[in-house]
Amino acid sequence: MSTTFAVEPQELQPGVALAMPVPEAQPVIQLDHIHKIYTMGDVEVHALRGVSLTIRPGEFVAIMGASGSGKSTTMNILGCLDRPTRGTYILDGEDVSQMSKDERADIRCQKIGFVFQGFNLLSRTSALENVELPMLYLGVDSAQRHARAMEALAAVGLAGREQNHPNQLSGGQQQRVAVARSLVNHPALILADEPTGNLDSRTSVEVMEIFQRLNRERGITLVLVTHEHDIAEYADRIIVFKDGKIKSDHAVENPRNAAEELKNLPVISDDDDDEE
Amino acid sequence: MTLLMIIRVAFRALVRNKMRAALTMLGIIIGVSAVIAMVSIGQGASASVQAQIESIGTNLLFVSAGAQNVGGVRSGTGDTGTNTLTVEDLDAIKREVPSVSMVTPNVNARSQLVAGNMNWNTSVTGVSEQYPEIRKWPVATGSFFTDAEVRTAARVIVIGQTLADNLYPGTDPIGQDIRVANLPFRVVGVMARKGQDPQGRDQDDVAFAPYTTVQKKVLGRDRIQIAFVSAISQDATYTAQSQITDLLRQRHKLTANEPNDFTVRNMTDVAEAANETSKTMTILLACIAGVSLLVGGIGIMNIMLVSVTERTREIGIRMAIGARSSAVRTQFLIESIVLSVTGGMIGIILGVVLSLAIPAFLGWPTLVSMMAIVGSVLFSAAVGIFFGYYPARKAAALDPIDALRYE
Ligand SMILES: Nc1ncnc2c1ncn2[C@@H]1O[C@H](COP(=O)(O)OP(=O)(O)OP(=O)(O)O)[C@@H](O)[C@H]1O
Ligand SMILES: [Mg+2]
Repeated sequence: MSTTFAVEPQELQPGVALAMPVPEAQPVIQLDHIHKIYTMGDVEVHALRGVSLTIRPGEFVAIMGASGSGKSTTMNILGCLDRPTRGTYILDGEDVSQMSKDERADIRCQKIGFVFQGFNLLSRTSALENVELPMLYLGVDSAQRHARAMEALAAVGLAGREQNHPNQLSGGQQQRVAVARSLVNHPALILADEPTGNLDSRTSVEVMEIFQRLNRERGITLVLVTHEHDIAEYADRIIVFKDGKIKSDHAVENPRNAAEELKNLPVISDDDDDEE
Repeated sequence: MTLLMIIRVAFRALVRNKMRAALTMLGIIIGVSAVIAMVSIGQGASASVQAQIESIGTNLLFVSAGAQNVGGVRSGTGDTGTNTLTVEDLDAIKREVPSVSMVTPNVNARSQLVAGNMNWNTSVTGVSEQYPEIRKWPVATGSFFTDAEVRTAARVIVIGQTLADNLYPGTDPIGQDIRVANLPFRVVGVMARKGQDPQGRDQDDVAFAPYTTVQKKVLGRDRIQIAFVSAISQDATYTAQSQITDLLRQRHKLTANEPNDFTVRNMTDVAEAANETSKTMTILLACIAGVSLLVGGIGIMNIMLVSVTERTREIGIRMAIGARSSAVRTQFLIESIVLSVTGGMIGIILGVVLSLAIPAFLGWPTLVSMMAIVGSVLFSAAVGIFFGYYPARKAAALDPIDALRYE
């Protein structure tokens, strides 16, 4: 594994030609010396200590690192859920580091899709309605909401499950609903914090297959946090955090191909929940 | 995000928890229906008092013997032992007061009436021939007695429908003989049916004879306790009142610092007093019912607070995917308004049904007032906003990261 400390990856894999970022394109993410300090009473926790990072459109980045190294903190800042204590964050050409709560809500709505470890779907609400939700806050009209949600669910292989509630879906299916929800507003960026953390290995591959497909076919920029090396290797680039700093940032020589692997994985015959 | 969408989101959230929504609404349902029912009872009472007063006639004045009691409406019997109002006084009023058109004494004698083998105990009222016109109470069959019959103290009698039904079942009472206090009288007319008054008394259980006859032959004395006076118009009642007072003071030779030994009251004052009473009653009833609305509102706040805590994660999800704080606040505010207004609507239906059922089951008159309905809709919406605001603000103030982490 080659380890470079370069913040900006200069070269990319020929194997990912479809998702090849146009070099002169404006970066999706530009973090410049980001610091995050949590204050709890008298104690200050320096969660991020100067993180600088550029991610270009169409990249698929995996973030790794020990527990407490600042991965989730970084994701929260990337997702405009939180503001850095210091440093600037330019998202899609816009400085979002000092935006107000409402401005950040609008940015999240328009430019960012989230996938969480715990799925975070609305319970007692159908898959379709869950996927329609982000469009509701964007003000998309109901007919278009419906059409786009159906299309997104089909894209993650859940056609026919639109009316199921989360408790009527398997973990993998729930996560796929969450992926569909993250992409309906056509975000510039999808952020996934340990999306496979609650899934078994086969289901994890299925979810990674969807991510890879979205990344390659639609050019969606993806940032994913994971603890597992095998999962990180589906990405084109791996960034490792340590103690609130970037320890390494390198391209993946030969990213794994989830679609290929799925063909070779044994299909559990009585798993009628499986659409693949 | 449009308001319509937020309302739809709020509705969906409530539908997801139907039982709880229903129980929460119950407080408002009971409150609103109680307010409507109570106000209907109050308004019904008020309206029937009004109708009664109108049927008596608004240009009517009472003249009674004895000084006025302090406050309140005096009953017709008056003070015993006063002998200050005479037939001559009434004649003078009729003759000399220009704003007065008609006068009748009202002399009551409780008597036993016997017709054939039938017996009936009622109050025989001695009046003048102008009584039907003054009281706006026509004769149904036969005729009222005449001026001449009053002057000659003729033994003629006009009976109410209840007497006609009970003393002469199946036969025409006109021209029949009847014994009043063992004296033979002749029935000359039957009054039109009046039915019950709001207190449930039978207004047709009456008999009228010339006051001269009642004074001389039944009571054996010529004292007058009460007289009804008709002013030429409703506007003239106050003029008539002061003119009668002046006349009677002069006739009774009262000096400037002596109080009146009689009372003149006009119907407008009586109507106003009665109105005041029923208004007070309506307000009191509405207030009591209003307390239950308040309790219903507190119920909503309680449930909304529980709901905000329970749905912390949901709030986190909504915020993470782009809901502004204001959208979350509006959602919760609208949820509580939807709860209270839906409860209010059901309460209105229930309240109106109750109001319509009360006369049948309890015999009280009710009047469903549009104002009470509109008022309770507005009030229940206000309850929703007031008691929903704090929980909604709490929801909107949540931090999306904390909310998402909430277990
Ligand atoms: N809200 C907070 N208040 C105080 N300290 C915090 C808060 N959130 C995170 N931290 C601290 O910041 C540091 C980085 O946390 P972070 O959640 O980013 O780690 P992580 O890399 O995501 O770890 P894990 O792999 O366990 O999820 C930790 O020391 C953590 O205790
Ligand atoms: Mg984490």
